[in-house]
Amino acid sequence: MRIQVNGESQEFATEVSLAELLAELSVPGDRVAIELNQKVVRRTEWTNVTLQENDKIEIVHFVGGGAVRERSARGL
Amino acid sequence: MGRYSRQILFSGIGADGQNSLRDSRAVIIGCGALGTAQAEALARAGVGRLRIIDRDFVEDSNLQRQTMFTERDAAERLPKAIAAVNHIQQINSEISLEPEILDVNYTNIERLIRNCDVVLDGTDNFATRYLINDACVKHGINWIYGAAVGSYGVTMTIRPGETACLRCIFEEAPPAASAPTCDTAGVIMPIISIVAAVQVSEALKLLTGQFAQLHNSLMQFDVWRNEWRKIRPGGPVPDCSTCGLRDFKTLAATGNDFAAVLCGRNAVQISPTMPTAIDFHTLAERLSPAGEVKFNDYLLRFRAGEYELTVFQDARSIIRGTDQITTARSLYARYIGN
Repeated sequence: MRIQVNGESQEFATEVSLAELLAELSVPGDRVAIELNQKVVRRTEWTNVTLQENDKIEIVHFVGGGAVRERSARGL
Repeated sequence: MGRYSRQILFSGIGADGQNSLRDSRAVIIGCGALGTAQAEALARAGVGRLRIIDRDFVEDSNLQRQTMFTERDAAERLPKAIAAVNHIQQINSEISLEPEILDVNYTNIERLIRNCDVVLDGTDNFATRYLINDACVKHGINWIYGAAVGSYGVTMTIRPGETACLRCIFEEAPPAASAPTCDTAGVIMPIISIVAAVQVSEALKLLTGQFAQLHNSLMQFDVWRNEWRKIRPGGPVPDCSTCGLRDFKTLAATGNDFAAVLCGRNAVQISPTMPTAIDFHTLAERLSPAGEVKFNDYLLRFRAGEYELTVFQDARSIIRGTDQITTARSLYARYIGN
């Protein structure tokens, strides 16, 4: 089964869900947005969506920039 | 209007558009790499009022990509908001500039975006973006997300009620320390230029009412891998906790202060929730027996052994030499007060 991921054609031997595809591609699921055939799929749906031949997937990474507030705490 | 003649000739803006820009106020939150590029472009374009907010001061390591700053700004350790305003005054003296040296948080965000027409994101962290998203959705103000790490950048324009908001697409911030940052992955200037250019173009469209021209997407660019792609976030998600259910949880926080580790800098920032004006002369007198003290109009620097405390006028402090919040808090209490 061929699927387009960020414009590149990829071959998968078996039927995969969106969540399985992300795992297969080592995509960090907690910081990406996914579009399937020009429609954004919410995170809660990733395990339910089974990919079909010629599906087009776009993966966008959520980036923060310069620094991360690694830990923060309140109250003296 | 001579200085704007080329922009007025551009059919997308014209004389009416130029007047709209003059009558607008844009807020830039975070004046680092993205923020300086945004500020300079908006100032040159003639946006009448620019509010430029930043919590930090200029350092040598900024100069590779934070285009408005100079070696002299770094040597003088000027707050970025002040250094930016100093340069912009020389670029366009006709516009009004509102520098704010502070850490944007739930106590001040709603005041800072009040009466503004657009907010541009120049921040360096996820937490502040969710804060901007909450405040802008709550008050119906358009804002433009933008971020860059390495050679990769993303941007999205959020129009509350019309488009998806940040939380519609990314329901939660990534877990702390899981995402790459400029401090761990570096960053090159060209990606900054691209993200800022798209953000500024979107701001010009919003401020001149050209909504049909907005890109309506979450755009991503990688100038090293040569990829320019976008997805279409669509309209607001009905059960989005922010724009659907209007639960602005980042604005409802409580507490006495914030302490935040500044990742990659071996520093902790302590921000009192109730800012108090600090008199640098008095503080310098008190601290000088304990270590070397220097100050300018905006900040005071105090060296105590292996630690260096930078204190701003509102009592906020960046404590360098530790990444431990408890150590930083005790240094703050010892030298600055509670």
